[in-house]
This record gives sequence, structure tokens and C-alpha cells, in this order.
Amino acid sequence: MVADTSTQANKPSIGDYLKNNIREYGLLVALVVIMLFFQFVTNGVLFKPVNITNLVLQNSFIVIMALGMLLIIVAGHIDLSVGSIVAFIGAISAIMLVKWGLPAIIVIPACLAVGGIMGAAQGYWVAYQKIPSFIVTLAGMLVFRGLTYVVLGGRPIGPFPKEFQLLSTGFVPDFLYFLNPAPEIIQNMVALVAVIALVGYAIYAGLRDRKINEQHGSENEPFVFFAVQMAVIAAVALFIGFQLATYRGLPNVLIAMAVLIALYTFVTTRSTIGRRIYAMGGNVKATKLSGINTERLTFYTFVNMGVLAALAGMIITARLNSATPKAGVGFELDVIAACFIGGASASGGVGKIIGAVIGAFIMGVMNNGMSIMGIGIDYQQLIKGLVLLAAVFFDVYNKNKG
Amino acid sequence: MDNIILEMRGITKTFPGVKALDNVSFKVREGEIHALVGENGAGKSTLMKVLSGVYPAGTYEGEIHYGGEARRFSTISDSEDLGIIIIHQELALVPLLSIAENIFLGNEIASNGVIHWPQTFARTQELLKKVGLSESPATLITDIGVGKQQLVEIAKALSKKVRLLILDEPTASLNETDSDALLKLLMEFRTQGMTSIIISHKLNEIRKVADQITILRDGGTVETLDCHGEDISEDRIIKGMVGRAMEDRYPPREPKVGETLLEVKNWNVFHQQHRDRQFLHDVNFTVRAGEVVGIAGLMGAGRTETAMSLFGKSWGHKITGEVSMRGKPVDVSTIPRAIDAGLAYVTEDRKQLGLVLINNIKENTTLSNLKAVASNGVIDDRKEAKVASDYRAKLRIRSHSIYQETVNLSGGNQQKVVLSKWLFTNPEVLILDEPTRGIDIGAKYEIYTIINQLAAEGKGILMISSEMPELLGTCDRIYVMNEGRIVAELSKAEASQESIMRAIMRSGEKH
Repeated sequence: MVADTSTQANKPSIGDYLKNNIREYGLLVALVVIMLFFQFVTNGVLFKPVNITNLVLQNSFIVIMALGMLLIIVAGHIDLSVGSIVAFIGAISAIMLVKWGLPAIIVIPACLAVGGIMGAAQGYWVAYQKIPSFIVTLAGMLVFRGLTYVVLGGRPIGPFPKEFQLLSTGFVPDFLYFLNPAPEIIQNMVALVAVIALVGYAIYAGLRDRKINEQHGSENEPFVFFAVQMAVIAAVALFIGFQLATYRGLPNVLIAMAVLIALYTFVTTRSTIGRRIYAMGGNVKATKLSGINTERLTFYTFVNMGVLAALAGMIITARLNSATPKAGVGFELDVIAACFIGGASASGGVGKIIGAVIGAFIMGVMNNGMSIMGIGIDYQQLIKGLVLLAAVFFDVYNKNKG
Repeated sequence: MDNIILEMRGITKTFPGVKALDNVSFKVREGEIHALVGENGAGKSTLMKVLSGVYPAGTYEGEIHYGGEARRFSTISDSEDLGIIIIHQELALVPLLSIAENIFLGNEIASNGVIHWPQTFARTQELLKKVGLSESPATLITDIGVGKQQLVEIAKALSKKVRLLILDEPTASLNETDSDALLKLLMEFRTQGMTSIIISHKLNEIRKVADQITILRDGGTVETLDCHGEDISEDRIIKGMVGRAMEDRYPPREPKVGETLLEVKNWNVFHQQHRDRQFLHDVNFTVRAGEVVGIAGLMGAGRTETAMSLFGKSWGHKITGEVSMRGKPVDVSTIPRAIDAGLAYVTEDRKQLGLVLINNIKENTTLSNLKAVASNGVIDDRKEAKVASDYRAKLRIRSHSIYQETVNLSGGNQQKVVLSKWLFTNPEVLILDEPTRGIDIGAKYEIYTIINQLAAEGKGILMISSEMPELLGTCDRIYVMNEGRIVAELSKAEASQESIMRAIMRSGEKH
């Protein structure tokens, strides 16, 4: 019945475009609405510079793990063990730093490597022995949690040396202070310059891509959308940048997070590895018969997840300044929820990095906002659960309608 | 004079942007086998979905008269209550439940929710006898073949007091023996007064059983032919389906056969699951440049298994034998190595094994050879789009653009995307496993044309097909397989349906 023989790509109307891309815009709109809501009900506390900084610090590890989890979910799997990996890495980093007195410069790569090994240990069973990832990582979750108790002997270890704490509590120093036009308001010039430069580049890159697309006859989103979207993103980014600049500047974690988001966006949209993971999640048999080593690919998505969970584990441990056996309990659920809120499909093959990041921030803003409002953890859980369900229902509803 | 059991009048059904059915009229006499034919997308399945209530009354225009009254079905159970039972092409059986459980699923013989097993088994036994199936009611569906599963579906229909049985492509995945058994069963039902509607692409079968044939084209009724007046030839039916006489169903070709490309010697393979059972025995064959070589055989003869074991050991274990390409031994132990050696395998099941359906044409086209459009692991979007556009134009893939998801393409166009994917790996030998299964006649012709082009370019083609006319029409040489062995090699001159069947039968007697 598909008998359209025209070779020209038909130009979509604005309405069609909105319908086809409602997921992405909807998500962004939802984040903005949720932020404005909490800004209003918390009487402006949400966007105070100190709270924005907190928001970033509190959510960075969820975002970082969501990057790896998205790949896992797109590949058609799940990883329940990340919370336990976080705890175990926290524990061994404490032992190496505090008990053995090793320098952070050695401990950090060592912990990342251990995380990779933990991911590999699970990836092996999933990829090569074909055991469902749910079971393997459920086992991993228990095993790694148990190991954490074993190595810590049930007692927390802390405090950590300063250099390690910088990982999560450090800020980028203000080496551009001499450019500061208003030192009484702006505390950190680097933050402002960085954000302005980034927004400028984003607009430039967006326009450039549109031009290239036009030259090659591929589809562009309507200009109105492009402009509105850019304007909203730029406004939010500039506002946050300005707020951060009036406080202590850019947290190190924010930089790490931004770099990782950019890297993983690139990997998922432009690289052959990314393309293969999506294809594998869409149809593993067809992908294998297309000459792709799907086992190895699955294995490495788990290794990658382990490394990112290890990074998150160190950030959390440094932030809490103590390694405890109960660290990271339930994190896997926040991370997985972030991916699904962000539009990933539980059956694999579908999902975007930017979606998972926005999903993580939606969860983060809600956590933060509800805490400020003084809502108890009980109702917070309840509300988060409903939001997750609503987001996924929205997906399913859209799909069935289309 | 005849008793009309079903009449559909002026049925029009529109989907967003497409008129799937346009003022279709369709009349079925009581106690006949009525064939519904047409190319894919002609509207056959849509018409049956309107009839069975999948599309409820109100979502289409027109009237349905059944058993002498106007009916408005709003759910499937409405039509089932009146004895209209539809058996879909994709069987609706639960693999891990028994035959008895499947037959009475949703319709259990029970009191207060407690199933009465003895009665269930007894009833099942009765029903199985009616369809000529000698299996225990406790056998799991997964343990019986597709042919028997089809019979279980019919038994299930019988359990619901069927008056009008609709079969959508019932023999598409059956071998000849099973197909014949099924058709005989339908004819037997006819003598008992049951009415059937059969949707099929297999015109020889339709000619065998149908009393009337209604032809649909592009969502409209073309004509209804009565099979009892005059002999209706296949060409006559095809003419109605495509709207023009199909002079030749197979495009002509001047074979220019060159040097030997692929040579397989002493290929022995053990069964994938039953690990101590040898499945392929000393299979030897060659494919030369510019040659189209066929493999004929019944279902289960080992044709697909030969192809898959050869293509990166994708099937079987304990695989031994020699493979050479242009006289040099090559390593085909993994799929990437087989691709590097110059092999490509277009699978039998394009939806499950050929395509990533949720991905678009472009992404599917480059999947097997992504590195050709990438540098240092980064995909060059424009290069990729150009490759996909070129193949889309070359193979005449009908779609909005290369960004259309392959799930929305018709079968023929999906197959062309799979072919694009493999052509982009630049293979020397293409193994095509049932390349035209489930695609309509117009698209088949296009696939044959592509095959001819590839042979003319000097590629070797190994074609596996269950449709003998197709092999006879396209191949230069045909190997016949039976029970894991190659039992005959026939030149174009020697090959005929009779000689192929004779080779199969004779090899069977030896054992």
C-alpha cells in the first residue's frame, strides 16, 4: 500500500513535524515546566546559585550512569548492579586512599579499571553464555553488595584526602578574573565565558548543520522549531551559567559530565559502534547475520557501564567523604527510570542520550524540589513512580495513535 | 439459484492517506471454496479483517450480509459467534502449551473455572481425527512442525462450530506434501457443506481446489471467475491480478558462465540441537561466475542449513569440509570472515533475520559494511546517504525516502533493501534463500531482473527455492537435495518438475 514513488522528500508541515517529534519536544517542555513549577512553589529557592550547584553535584552521578545504562537498554539489556558497583568502588577507593595511603592519581584509574572488570564479569555471562541480563545483574547486585560489606568489614571508612575530594567538590579556578566587568556580582568569570562560548557554538553548529542538510536535500526541522528550541536552551543555559558565575563557578563534576554527554552523544549518533548497538537492540539475529560480532558488542556495553559506574562511585564517595556499605542503594532504579523517562524502549533499539540526560534531570529536579518543599521520602517515591509511569504511557499512547 | 452465505457490498475502508478498499463487492456461495487472490496490498487481508470485525462496523462503509441478514460486527467474537473463523498467516498458537490447551484456549471446557481435562482431551482427540492429525492432545505445539500446527489451527476452528472458514495464506510455509494434505482436507470439508475462503499466492493450488476465484487489485474487485464453466489458466488469473498479460514470468537472460567462484567439498554438518545426529552428508557443489545455480528440495532437505552452515557457521556444529573461492581455500568460520571471503547470504526470513525493522532504509543498507562509509569509526552521513540513495534508485525501492522505516515497506521492497545491504558488501557469490517468498508477482519479476543483472555482472548466484517453477525459470543448473544429501545435479535442459521429483523420490528409496 506504500505506493509513493516520488523521489523527492516531501516537505513536512509544522503540524506533522510536531506530531513526529512530540517525544523530544515534550520532554524538554516537561523539564522546563517542572523547573518553573518548583521555582514557584519553593519561592525561588530552586534557581538560587547555591541550589543549582547542589543540583548539579547531586545528580551528576545519575547522569553519568544513565549514559552507560542507555547503551545497555538500547542494546536490549538491563543492568541492576550499578548501585552495588558504586558501593564497592567507594569501598576499595577508601581502602586504597585512606588505609594504604596511595595517591589519588593512581587510585582513580585503578578504580575505573576495577569497574570495567566488574562490568566484564557480568558482560561475559550475558554475551557469551546467553544468560538474561536481568538475572546476571541481579546476581551481580547481590554479589557486589556482599563484597562491599566484606571489604569494609561493615564499618564506614573516611575521611578522604583533599585531592580526591576535589573530584566532586572542586570548582574550575577563575583564571579569567581579569575580564570580570562586575566583580561585586560575578564571582567566577570562567563560568560565564564558558557558557556564552558554548551557546554561541551550539547556535553556529546548528545553523551549519541546517545548511549542510539543505544542500544535500535531507530533512530539516522547521525553522520556527529550530529557533524556539535554540532560544529556550540558550536562555536556560545562560541563566544557569550566570547563576553559577555569581557563586563559585563551574563544578569540576559539571565539566566531566558535559564532556561525557558530548562524547556519548557523538558515539551514539555518529560512530559505527553506536549504530551497531542500535541495530543489535532492534534485531539481534539480523545484526549478527550482517557480520557484526554481537557478543563482543554486548560484552563491551557492560564493560563501559562498569567503568561509568566506577566513576560515579568515586564521585559519590568523595562527595560524602566516607565509604559506607549502604552507599548507592537503589541508584540503579533512578538510573533506569531516567532512561525510560527519556524515551528509551524496554525492548531495545530505541533511545537517545539527550533523552536520558533530560530524564535524569527531571528526576533530579523533582528530588531536589520536593526536598526543599519538605515532602517526605515516602511521597517523593510515590510521585516519582507516577511520573515514570506517565512518561512511558505517553510513549505508548503516541505510538499506538501514530 | 445458489444459496449465498456471504455478500459484502460496496465496502470502502480508508486508512489515513490510503484508500485500502474502494467499493469492493464480494459474494460467496454456501458450501464452496472461494479463493481470494491479488497482489500484496491489493486489499485481501483488509477485506477479511472488515468481515471478521477486526475493523469494527462504522470504521468502514458498505454492508455485510451473512446468512441472509445484514450484520454489523464490532468485535471478532461477534463474527466468531456466527461461525466465521479466520486463521491468520502468522499462526496464533502458544508454543509451550499442548495441542489440547491451544484448541480450547479462551474457550475451555470448565466448570467454575476448573478445567475438565478428561473431557478436553476426548474432545481434542475427536477434533484431531477430523483433521487427520495423529498426535497426542498433550503434545506441545513447539514439538510439531508448521504443517501440523496449521492443522491444529483448523481443529481449533472446528471446535468453535465454524460455518465459514477463512484461511490467510495457509500453505505459504508448508512443503508440498503438507500443502496437499491441507487442501484435501478443505475439499473434504466442502463435501460436508462447509464454506471456505482461501487467500493464496499459489495459483496452482487455487486452480486445484477453488470453485470461484475473486480477484482484487489496488483495493477494488476486478472480477469473479467461475472455475466450473471453463478451465481457468494461471496466466488468466495473473492477467486479472496485474491488469495486463504477464507474457513471461521470468525475464530472459543470456548466461555468460565464467570461471568457478565458489567450490564446496565434502561438507559435513551435525544438527544444531541434536548434537550427535549428522544432518548434512558430503555436500559438494560449485557456483561459477555469471551463473544462477538452484537448490531444489523438500522442506527439511537441508538447503537452508547448507547455506547457513557455510555462512560463518551460523547453523550446526562439528562442521567439516573445504570451501574455496576462485580455487583458493577460504576461511568461512565466522560471519565477518565469510563476508570477507566474498559470500553474502540473503535469509529466508527477512523480517526476523534480514532486517532491523525499526531502522530505516539507509541504516539497513549499510549495516553489513559500515566501515565503507566511515573513517576511524565515525560514520560519514553524506556518504552513507548517497550509498543508500544509489541502491534505492538502482533496485527501484519504492519509499518516501531513504529515511523510511523498513517496517512500513511492502515485502518486495523489504527484500530489495536486504539485497542492497548485501550488494554493498560487494560479494562474489550471493546465496538467496527463498528470495521471493511472500512477495507479489510484480515484485517477483523485479527481483528476478535484479538476479539477472547480478549474474550479468559476473557474480555467482546460489538460489534456494521451494517453488520449482521459479527455479526452472531462473536457474542455469539445479542441484536437488534430499535428507541432507545432494542427490542430483541437473542442467537447464534436463531439469523439469518431474525430473526433480523423480530424483527426490529415487533417493528416498535407497535408504
